[in-house]
Amino acid sequence: MFDFLDGYDVLGAFWMTVKLTALSAVGSLVWGTLLAAMRVSPVPLMRGFGTVYVNVVRNIPLTVIILFSSLGLADVFGVTMGSDDFKVQGFRLAVLSLIGYTAAFVCEAIRSGINTVPLGQAEAARAIGLSFSQTLTLIVLPQAFRSVIGPLANVLIALTKNTTVAAAIGVAEAAYLMKTMIENEAQTLLIGAVFAFGFVVLTLPTGLILGWLSKRLAVKR
Amino acid sequence: MKLRKVTAASAAALVLALTATACGGDDSKDDTGSSSSSGGSGGKIKVGIKYDQPGLGLKKPDGSFAGFDVDVATYVAKQLGYKPDQIEFVETKSADRENALARGDVKFIAATYSINDERKQKVDFAGPYLLAHQDLLIKSDSDISKATDLNGKKLCSVTGSTSAQNVQKSIAPKANLKEYSSYSECIAGLQSGAVDAVTTDDSILAGFASQDQYKGKFKLAGLKLSNENYGVGVKKGDSATVDKINKALEQMVSDGSWQKAVDANLGPADYKNEPAPKIGVIVPNAS
Repeated sequence: MFDFLDGYDVLGAFWMTVKLTALSAVGSLVWGTLLAAMRVSPVPLMRGFGTVYVNVVRNIPLTVIILFSSLGLADVFGVTMGSDDFKVQGFRLAVLSLIGYTAAFVCEAIRSGINTVPLGQAEAARAIGLSFSQTLTLIVLPQAFRSVIGPLANVLIALTKNTTVAAAIGVAEAAYLMKTMIENEAQTLLIGAVFAFGFVVLTLPTGLILGWLSKRLAVKR
Repeated sequence: MKLRKVTAASAAALVLALTATACGGDDSKDDTGSSSSSGGSGGKIKVGIKYDQPGLGLKKPDGSFAGFDVDVATYVAKQLGYKPDQIEFVETKSADRENALARGDVKFIAATYSINDERKQKVDFAGPYLLAHQDLLIKSDSDISKATDLNGKKLCSVTGSTSAQNVQKSIAPKANLKEYSSYSECIAGLQSGAVDAVTTDDSILAGFASQDQYKGKFKLAGLKLSNENYGVGVKKGDSATVDKINKALEQMVSDGSWQKAVDANLGPADYKNEPAPKIGVIVPNAS
């Protein structure tokens, strides 16, 4: 029944999906945290930048962002991302786009976490003479992170599935192989089921582990 | 006590199953009823085409359809006893063609549907009605003249398409292949110079190059890198329709409307078509 899988590197395609997800997850966590810090900072210019960035980027479809990165950045403006090989270029552009897009959602998740930290915590930190960045990194963010592991897990699962959009610019991940197989095998339903199952295998443990973590680490108030 | 519960439960399950099948029976009866009423010469016929391939199957902004596949479909439908206003064109994307036929959504499909063994297990084919070849579209002043020229060149095709796979496997494994989700994006890249060549079936390329905004800018390399036998897809087992369509195709060739349709839709790009293929003769690939 599953002999149509012969000759296709399904595991390799999912490994590409994992690589895209992992790199984009780390990148968007860093960039998203920075954005969240900007959005709560006392400097109006940074607050404005953070607000505009989040509201613009999260309202543009990911397909448009990824296609623009390839059609616009690479083809028109000649941004090569340090490689002339289209395969490498496509992968790097996809990671860049996924980071830029996902960071907007990470930022909003973290900002909601910051809002759960009682104002007294920040006031007390200021009272003992800590600066804004010290207050944020030592007092507020550690508490905020512990309360938003659940929402961040949702963002991570969405990111895993969003990597399929990278097939639009020729990155050889799971959705790309699925297109190839459907083109060759005329087995749409079975192939679709195999790849759907693959994504469940990737995302279900993520959700379970992070759900368990978020319960263990939540700050009880 | 326990046994009684189990019996009761299984009885309930049986009743549910019976009602469910009864409903299913009713539904299917309704379905056949409506489809037979629409199948007569007074009703409509649904035909699968592509909406996004200029020259072959294109839905124009005003809602009308144009292209070689559309002309073939219209001619075949006429021979089956349907006037042009009784034809309803339905979009069948590549991935959905087998299912659309199996479900009975469309009577037949004329949509750059290459006959191959995997597909033949799922659907029946009438035809072939056109022999296309994988080819390259290049700028008019380009110096690419053979497949090996492609190694090291920048090439564009559609994600997962047979043409893209052929390039990576055999034609030019060292070519720098960029893949987009549609040919329009590749053509835009060719125009801006981001890629050196676009590859897929010559008929599709000729259709794109025949568009007004590209006239005179691009040419076909004429390489014949593969053989694609376009057939008309019909539901598996419906041999009566296959025979009728084959007859219609033969007549289309013999009365000259076939050549007229090729010239009108694909001609402007200097496309040299193969002579009309004989029904049932499939030209295999070299490899």
